[in-house]
Amino acid sequence: MAENRYGLNKQLAQMLKGGVIMDVTTPEQAKIAEEAGASAVMALERIPADIRAAGGVSRMSDPKMIKGIQEAVSIPVMAKCRIGHFVEAQLLEAIEIDYIDESEVLSPADDVYHIDKTKFKVPFVCGARDLGEALRRINEGASMIRTKGEPGTGDVVQAVRHMRMMNSEIAKITAMREDELFQEAKELQVPYDLVQYVHENGKLPVVNFAAGGVATPADAALMMQLGAEGVFVGSGIFKSGNPKKRASAIVQAVTNYTDAKLIASLSEDLGEAMVGINEQEIELLMAERGK
Amino acid sequence: MTIAVVAVQGAFIEQEQRLQELGVDCIELRKKEDLEQPYDGIVLPGGESTVQGKLLKELDMFDTIHKQIQEGMPVFATCAGLILLAGELENDTRSYFKTLPVTVRRNAYGRQLGSFHTEQEVKGIGVIPMTFIRAPYISKVDSKVEVLATVEEHIVAVKYKNQLAMSFHPELDEDVRIHQKFVEMVKAYNSQSFEPLDEKIG
Repeated sequence: MAENRYGLNKQLAQMLKGGVIMDVTTPEQAKIAEEAGASAVMALERIPADIRAAGGVSRMSDPKMIKGIQEAVSIPVMAKCRIGHFVEAQLLEAIEIDYIDESEVLSPADDVYHIDKTKFKVPFVCGARDLGEALRRINEGASMIRTKGEPGTGDVVQAVRHMRMMNSEIAKITAMREDELFQEAKELQVPYDLVQYVHENGKLPVVNFAAGGVATPADAALMMQLGAEGVFVGSGIFKSGNPKKRASAIVQAVTNYTDAKLIASLSEDLGEAMVGINEQEIELLMAERGK
Repeated sequence: MTIAVVAVQGAFIEQEQRLQELGVDCIELRKKEDLEQPYDGIVLPGGESTVQGKLLKELDMFDTIHKQIQEGMPVFATCAGLILLAGELENDTRSYFKTLPVTVRRNAYGRQLGSFHTEQEVKGIGVIPMTFIRAPYISKVDSKVEVLATVEEHIVAVKYKNQLAMSFHPELDEDVRIHQKFVEMVKAYNSQSFEPLDEKIG
């Protein structure tokens, strides 16, 4: 992959900042998401809450269904492939997807190796629970990072934990002496130059979004106040009572994430939120997939 | 000099960084109350035009900014910002400020695989780096619009009265000469009274 292409792919993520990326399963839902102010949509056959309920192996979506969504909206369209399944990624590139999510929401295809994302022209976003995972994915060619959170639960606790973990590790590296960075690189299992970048800039070298369990405008604003540059909302919208209204409220809450008065009014009469599952009740921890 | 950067969604921080390098103070416009502060120019950044247009209306900022542009306040627009200013969109029924008499084609180079980087001459400035991300281009211009740059026969940068608009992202490259040009437009506006846009277009 040319250096230039990787730069352009990181820059597309920059354009998505301050926005909300929404999971959709049909062209109709994609249109609702676009009208509600989504800055991109994630096309998938089943949203994480349903994948969780149905169980079994979950794979890349039908390309025809993804194309239907590409035709329905003018905003960028993302789609998921299984961790390590580079052929699913090749197919998504062949249909000119705007972003591939190599995602722990689907069943992993490889329990050792992630996709060598440097071999692709289209950009990749990957989930991470901590700084080491984030930098390993970036080293493999990811041009955007998101917290893993725990998808399909409506419980934000894990996204919060992952974002706080990443922030505190970044702060630690920023405060280190330069001669300590070599050992840190060894411990994180990442190249020295990525650790050095974090040391000098106090942030990841790519855009970092929050994902997993965001269900309300307040959840979205919480993740933004914790330092996320934007938010993915999966099951939280189309598993709720009034998807259109909730989606639109979450979009506004992400723009004005420190304005409590506004978010309070946005949170009125949103109808039922998605039914959540608490962390202790979860049988399948998707965030444990792909480290 | 203070420049207000519309900060409802997109790459507004990058715009602020470039302007701050030129010693300009920036404020962010996220909600209606932000419009009450004094400022001398407006930046419409890159991002998603559908999201930005919708938020500007929902957050009750659209009419005030529209009026300020019509009254001649200098505005600098990149990518999504160009779409917001356009008099007409070739492949979209939506429309926004309509203060710039040009026709714009959205996603004109296709999806992300069509994004590209090049270097090209900009009138009065010289050769500058240009980054196009799922970019639009300008397919038609009114005769009063000054064309500043073309790439492969498509217009990518224009100036019309106090509006400077382009389909690429000067804020993503190190070169600050385009931002410098905008800052000079704001200085000129501050030192003389500018004629407002007299006719309605679009």
